[in-house]
Amino acid sequence: MFRRHGDRYVATFAVDEVRVLRKVASEVVGLLTDGFDHGDPVVGRLFPEVYPDDAASTAEFRRYTEGDLKTAKIDQAGAILAALPDGEVGGEVRLDAEAAEAWLRALNDARLAMGVRLEIKDGTDLGEELDDAVAEDPTSSRVFQLSVYAYLGYLQESLLNALID
Amino acid sequence: MGGMAAPQVAPVETPDTDEVPASDRPWVTIVWDDPVNLMTYVTWVFQKLFGYSREKAEQLMLDVHHKGKAVVSSGARERMEHDASQLHAYGLWATVDRS
Repeated sequence: MFRRHGDRYVATFAVDEVRVLRKVASEVVGLLTDGFDHGDPVVGRLFPEVYPDDAASTAEFRRYTEGDLKTAKIDQAGAILAALPDGEVGGEVRLDAEAAEAWLRALNDARLAMGVRLEIKDGTDLGEELDDAVAEDPTSSRVFQLSVYAYLGYLQESLLNALID
Repeated sequence: MGGMAAPQVAPVETPDTDEVPASDRPWVTIVWDDPVNLMTYVTWVFQKLFGYSREKAEQLMLDVHHKGKAVVSSGARERMEHDASQLHAYGLWATVDRS
């Protein structure tokens, strides 16, 4: 979890955490590059229809803004990849304010993507979801995904608190 | 502006956006509630993007959370589209509409 050290935001990650962060950031990049598809509900959530009742105006808006927005999202996911220790090791991550804000936005994108896939709803109790999933099959991908989703939330909150502090 | 102005005696009239007629600012940016974004994050984004005070940003966040949506800015259409795309960069669910 992140703490503030002077003008830097610092966290120490275990190798498993580094692996998870690299995976989720890479998945976001993949979604925004090769896998980009407006029919995917995750893309729909990351690039909302700005005029829900006006497809023509939405298309016009996208024509002018979508390229930049996509680039920004790829760059912010890239900020996570760039700051992580190289290789299969844990280690310390030190971010300046600009990188910290890129991480915040990128962690949020990753949580939004996972939230859509996991069908997180208003009032979803993560602890309960996780208990149910474990009861059903503790080795399932849903158990892993829910744990990662919860972890990213804690990590994002710790970074935000360090920034606001 | 510029040049030598006589000292102002009467207080300067500053336009208050709340009093601008609706017809002069017919567009709004709306942020919708979603189950993923952290409340503290949404508040921070409102402060960051719009320069709102913590109190105002928190109130807007609570409106989004409890009422399902809130108007976060109003003005010319192009400006609202700019605001919406900024909000999208931060992962907030923003739309533009006539006020």
